[in-house]
Amino acid sequence: MSILKYAPEALKNLFKPPVTTKYPFEPAVYPEGARGHIEITIDDCIGCGMCVRSCPCGTLSVDKMAGTWSIDRFDCIACGYCVEKCPKKCLTMVEGYQTPGAKEGKVTYTKSPEQLEKDRIAREEQAKKAAAAREAAAKKAAEAAKQQQPSGLEQAAKK
Amino acid sequence: MGKRSVIPFGPQHPVLPEPIHIDLVIEDEKVVEAIPSVGFIHRGLESLVDKRDYNQMTYVVERTCGICSFQHGMGYCEAMEHVFGVDVPARAKYLRTIWAELGRMHSHLLWLGLLADGFGYENLFYQCWRVREKVLDMQEMTSGGRLIFSVNKVGGVIKDIEKEKLDIILKTMDEVEEELTVIKDTFLLDYSVQSRLQGVGIVTKEQAHDLGCAGPFARASGIRTDMRKLGYAAYPDLDFEPIISATGDSYARCYCRIMEIFQSIDLIRQAIGKIPNETDLFTPVKGNPDGEYFMRVEQPRGEAVYYVKASGKQYLDRFRVRTPTFANLPGLCEMLKNTQLSDVGLLVLTIDPCISCTER
Ligand code: SF4
Ligand code: SF4
Repeated sequence: MSILKYAPEALKNLFKPPVTTKYPFEPAVYPEGARGHIEITIDDCIGCGMCVRSCPCGTLSVDKMAGTWSIDRFDCIACGYCVEKCPKKCLTMVEGYQTPGAKEGKVTYTKSPEQLEKDRIAREEQAKKAAAAREAAAKKAAEAAKQQQPSGLEQAAKK
Repeated sequence: MGKRSVIPFGPQHPVLPEPIHIDLVIEDEKVVEAIPSVGFIHRGLESLVDKRDYNQMTYVVERTCGICSFQHGMGYCEAMEHVFGVDVPARAKYLRTIWAELGRMHSHLLWLGLLADGFGYENLFYQCWRVREKVLDMQEMTSGGRLIFSVNKVGGVIKDIEKEKLDIILKTMDEVEEELTVIKDTFLLDYSVQSRLQGVGIVTKEQAHDLGCAGPFARASGIRTDMRKLGYAAYPDLDFEPIISATGDSYARCYCRIMEIFQSIDLIRQAIGKIPNETDLFTPVKGNPDGEYFMRVEQPRGEAVYYVKASGKQYLDRFRVRTPTFANLPGLCEMLKNTQLSDVGLLVLTIDPCISCTER
């Protein structure tokens, strides 16, 4: 009878185990590549700010000098655009969703002291190089000006 | 003529998944007029084009709706691709089709569950959602997100579905089909379900046409409309016919949606069978967009229209979405006339309202 169409299925279901898992008593199973949250290998970060500019939510901030990178976990929509844009590939999308909470979700990652020291030395070296390059350029310009001057006088004499 | 009074329906109501408010003018137990008002969850996503560049907008557009999120992203990207004049690699088109159809399946299964809940069939409700869970698992496995995929990109897609995963999808489709057959028989043949749905809320073909209804709502009234036939993504290569029904009542709408799930299963199988082996997943786009385009996409709820306008800047000038529920609201109000007050909850459900989309 069509009135009891679903009755056999319903009866069968009575004796089947539940399809749901008893989270949090059982661990949640994530498939490979699940978009949970963003992790950073902070020592590889060069502080270029590409991730900050690409993030559609404006949740990231980076301070190159201080060597910090911060994210507000509750603002992040786990779109993965920053991972795609990072030139050093130091951002990764890993499994595990952000758990709810009453406090702000802002997390700041700071580089290790060794890496900060390395960065500082690199910056100084770069500054030295830049200064040297500037000096060389100034010298060159002065020499060029010197060579130009007589030719200028010659031209005036010809006239 | 009896005394008229007004009963407010919504925005909070047990059958409503999302907030819509309808003022029901009733005479005794009969509804004589329905006046809708929306605007409870307006988020102003469209105006974000001023502040987010066209690539970031992909992620914003996707979040217009939690249910047809992939199709929103796809519609926007296809529109942008036309503005840029780039051709999407064939594999990306097929992947988009597979994801879009998975999205349609889970959306219709969700709706079937809500419908069953609407007429008080709790057991059936949970069965539908149990089957839907399998589809959600497929989505999570392939894209990393259960509902919001974030795999679209202007120019193609950013993720591939490997051969093994395609095989798992095929296997799951077989399981889903089997379980769905039982559910289908219950929905279409059970006496108690029929008595709640048949002959309730009839919209004739003329009415549906005049009021500009879209999607399964229009197809249930006998209008042969399906934007997939316009040939975006890989649909031109696939063999399918829009599912239509002639009666235009709630039962017809239920029938159309159930059969569309089977159609989606079929389309996924066809797409997996034909998917080309390429490594290219997207065509790089260069420069800034310049031009405008109207893109029409068939979402689970019907036709969605995306309008983009750009003038050579990183940010778009204008972006607009016309969502299917927006088109179906006039039809709903017409349908509610001359129905019993007790049927209103169910009838509102039968258009599959998605208010978040409508208000953006
Ligand atoms: S995943 Fe998306 S929202 Fe989250 S930080 Fe990266 S770009 Fe921003
Ligand atoms: S894009 Fe990568 S390297 Fe650049 S600041 Fe962000 S995390 Fe660091």
